[in-house]
Order: sequence, then C-alpha cells, then structure tokens
Amino acid sequence: MTAAGPQSRGNGGALALALPRGSLFAGSLDMLDRAGFDTAAPRGDSRSLIFELDGLTIVTVRPSDVPIYVESGAADLGVTGKDVLAEQADRDVYELVDLGFGRCRMALAARSGRDDLERAERRLGLMRIATKYPRTASGWFERMGRQAEVIEVKGSVELAPLVGLADGIVDLVDTGRTLAENGLEVVDEISVCTARLIANRVAHKLRAAEIDGMVDRLREAAAG
Amino acid sequence: MTSQPLPTGTRDVLAEEMRELRAIESELLGLFAARGYAEVATPTIEYLDAFARGAGPEGTAAYRFLDESGSVLALRNDMTVPIARLVARRHAGEPGPFRLAYSGSVFRQVRPQRGQLREMRQIGVELIGDEAPAGTAELIEVLVAALDAVGLNRAVVGLGDADLFGQLLTELGVEGGPRERILDCLASHDLVAIEAEAGDIADLSDDERSLIVALSDLRGGPEVLERARALGGPAIERASANLADTLEAVEAAGIADRVQVDFGLLRDLGYYTGAILEVYDPAVGEAIGGGGRYDELLGRFGSPRPAAGFALFLERVHVAQAAEQALRERS
Repeated sequence: MTAAGPQSRGNGGALALALPRGSLFAGSLDMLDRAGFDTAAPRGDSRSLIFELDGLTIVTVRPSDVPIYVESGAADLGVTGKDVLAEQADRDVYELVDLGFGRCRMALAARSGRDDLERAERRLGLMRIATKYPRTASGWFERMGRQAEVIEVKGSVELAPLVGLADGIVDLVDTGRTLAENGLEVVDEISVCTARLIANRVAHKLRAAEIDGMVDRLREAAAG
Repeated sequence: MTSQPLPTGTRDVLAEEMRELRAIESELLGLFAARGYAEVATPTIEYLDAFARGAGPEGTAAYRFLDESGSVLALRNDMTVPIARLVARRHAGEPGPFRLAYSGSVFRQVRPQRGQLREMRQIGVELIGDEAPAGTAELIEVLVAALDAVGLNRAVVGLGDADLFGQLLTELGVEGGPRERILDCLASHDLVAIEAEAGDIADLSDDERSLIVALSDLRGGPEVLERARALGGPAIERASANLADTLEAVEAAGIADRVQVDFGLLRDLGYYTGAILEVYDPAVGEAIGGGGRYDELLGRFGSPRPAAGFALFLERVHVAQAAEQALRERS
C-alpha cells in the first residue's frame, strides 16, 4: 500500500520487459534473439534506456532495480537473478520461470589457506562478513546457527578481508577468478542462482493471454 | 524553526486531496445506501481478543496497549472482524440478512522503505445472512457498480476459491510443514519454487507438481472452468462448480465481462472460506480492493451465519482514479 501509489503504464500497448544492465544482459538478449526478436538496437546502443522491439518494449535498468520496476507495474515482466530476488524477498512479484542462464553460486569466501573465519568464530564468538547481500547472508548464518556481524558494502567486496574490514565475504561467484585474483577461496556454498522471469501481479491477471504467450515464448527460447 | 516529522507510513492530507477523497467516499457510501447497505461504525479500539478471535488476512492487530485495568486493547487492523462481532452481538436473535456499509481507518505494520501506509482507509460492505452463490453475486454486482461510480470502468474483479489449494493438498496427502510451504509459495505465486522443491519437500510426483503449477496459472473467462475440470480431482471439481454457480449469477446481472475467474487467486486467507475477490485496475500495479466469503467467522462470535463482503482501499482507488484520468487526457 503506497501513499503516492505506483502506476503502471496501463495503456494496453506492447508488454514491457525490464532487463538488468549487468551480467545477465547478454544472456537475456540471446534469449530474446532465440524468441525471434531483433535485439540489434539494445545491443548497439548503450545510452538509451527504452527500446521498442516488435511487440515488446524493453526497459533497461540496474540489476537490483528490476524487482521494483515490476512490482510497481512500470514493467509487466522482468528478468532478474535469483540472488536479487532472494535479497528482496518481500517484493510482491510473481516468479514464473527459472530461465536457467546466468548460473552462479552465492558463497561464503575467505582468504585462501588461512583459518580467519574459524579463528574469529572461536576467539571472538562471531565472524565479520562483508557483503552486498545482507539479508541473504544474515538469513543463512541464522539458519546455520552461526553468529556473524554482517557489514553491507556497495562494491568491491573482495577488498574487505584483505584490509581487515571483515573476516570473510558473502558474494555471488561465477568462475571464481575474481576471488582467486584477490587470494580468496570459497569456504561454503549458500545457494545456486539463475536468471528468473518475474511478472507484475496485476498485469499477470489483466493481460493474462498476452503474458502467458510471452512467457511460453521466452521459456522455450531460454530452454533452447 | 524545528521540524516535527511524522512516523513513516503516516501522512497529512491536504485540502485538494481531501476534497477528492471525500468525493470518492460519499459517492461510494451513497451508492451502498441506495443498494440497501446502511452505514455503521465500530470503535477504532477494541479488545485484542476480538481481533485474535477473528484473525483476518492481516493476522492479529499489531498496535496493542493496556487500559486502566490492565486489559489488552488493540487498534483495529481490519473492518470485517468488528462488523462480524457487531452483528453477532447486537443482532443475535434477528433473522437477517444484514446489509451493512462502513468507512474507516485500519492500522497495520509497515516494512521500511516501501511506501506502505500504517493507517489506511477502507470503504466497503458486508452482506451477512445470505448464502453463496446468490449473496456472492449480489456483492460482485454492488462492487462493479461501485467501481463504475468512481470512474473505474476498466477495473476488473478477480474471483477465486479460498479452499481450493487446501483441499487439493489434502487430496494429495500433503500435510504439516510442506503444506504451509507450498501454500506460501502459491500465495506469492513462486511457481519456480514449487517446480523445484515440491518433489523434495512434499514427496510429490512430477505430475502432481505440474498440476499445482498449471492450476495456479489458470485465469480468464468462463472457458477456464472447463480447462480446470480437465485437470481432475474432487477439490478442483468442487471449486469449479462453485465458481460456475457464482459466475452464472453474475452473468444474469450482465457484468460477466468485469469478472475474471482466477484459480490462482490465493490471498493471505485468514477467515476467508469459499469465494474470494480481488480488485484490479489496469492503471495501477497492485490490487485496489478485496474481499470474499467468511461463512465461519460469525460462528467464532457465537452466532453462525453465512456472510461475505468486500473493501475498497480508498487511497489506492484515488490513485487509480487519477491514473485513469491522466490516461484519458493523454489519448
């Protein structure tokens, strides 16, 4: 319930799909290619934010902003990582399809070949953990019955253990190269994250046939 | 000069907005009165016990405090529970049915940074003493007339069944924790979790999982009733038959095009049983109202009667009105 109130475009035009301008962007455009859309414009133009494809409006946003655009109805559908969805679990959006691409691990990592985490836990009773995913991290430590002081940072998480801000980090790990380059290693895996297709609640009801058609098309394209 | 902030989720209403909110309110209450729904009022504060007994979709009242004698009082978080209590207490021996309307604030906890309202105004009606499907159909008809009266001619009423998934899971032998988990996933429409987890958490076969996912995605006109029945099973058959009865009565009123059958509609249920409603306007990304049947709620106050009602969320109706107006001016 909002005071000012989110408003969808509500004009009955093409469905709007919010895409994250980040690591899932290329995979999302590949999926759209396979679904038969011409993605030359969003691929070529890094300045524009809105693209009109044939029968689909693409809105490009910061990855962590996809859920709010979809929840508010500013976009009818969205592609977002499960890492973002889990971190924003209270967003009221429908999670329709596991698109499969963008597979990463959410992991606990610390400096290689050392026992920083264990030592902190043993001697201080808790670990200091730097992360861009504070809720995911806190929730996991809670479930594991381990104490942690979660420190939210906005970028370059790998730096935190190197300079003593934290004993370890919780972050999304793709190939593990960034970790290795900074002398870090995965200590524990928290979850596996892939790209998800989400929908606005009201659009899912009021534009049911169009949404279902588009969802099927994207589901097949993602699988193929 | 010192600035005096307001608590998050509360706000002042200035003159222009107040005038528009009041216009919506009087339009709605006028229409309800013309349909025979007389306005009543209940206290803003009641014993917590009344809300606990009714436990609606919002759970138990969040704001509690003590009176002089140490009894626990609460700010109301729901209008239906107090009105059910009112009818059970004040009209116990009377035959009914009772057609009542209200306009009042409810108070809820908010999540930070979400623009949610701690105090929101609900305007609605309760029809107590009339059974499904006739009672439900009358409500939907009044609801559509109310939406038209405030200029929301494109708004649609989603019609679902509160008991469907509970009964389906019983049929499939899913109980306890796994049942709660699946109902949670269905309420938030997390189909991926059901696809991925239902096998592990509830020992469901692939077919049973697909059945749940397919059913929760079924929404549209009367044609989806047949598609649902094709999925089979007594729970689906019962829900489909009830929805068909309601729909038939609604069709007779000539407003079938404003009603969408939705097998996936699963509000946080609380006291709801049978038909449940949610109201959408294409210009707004969230529901602007809701309601349903609560045939067992009056019984909790000692005077069992079939009942149903709906509430429109005044602030959201106002937002929808403004958005619809902006769209009309643009085109």
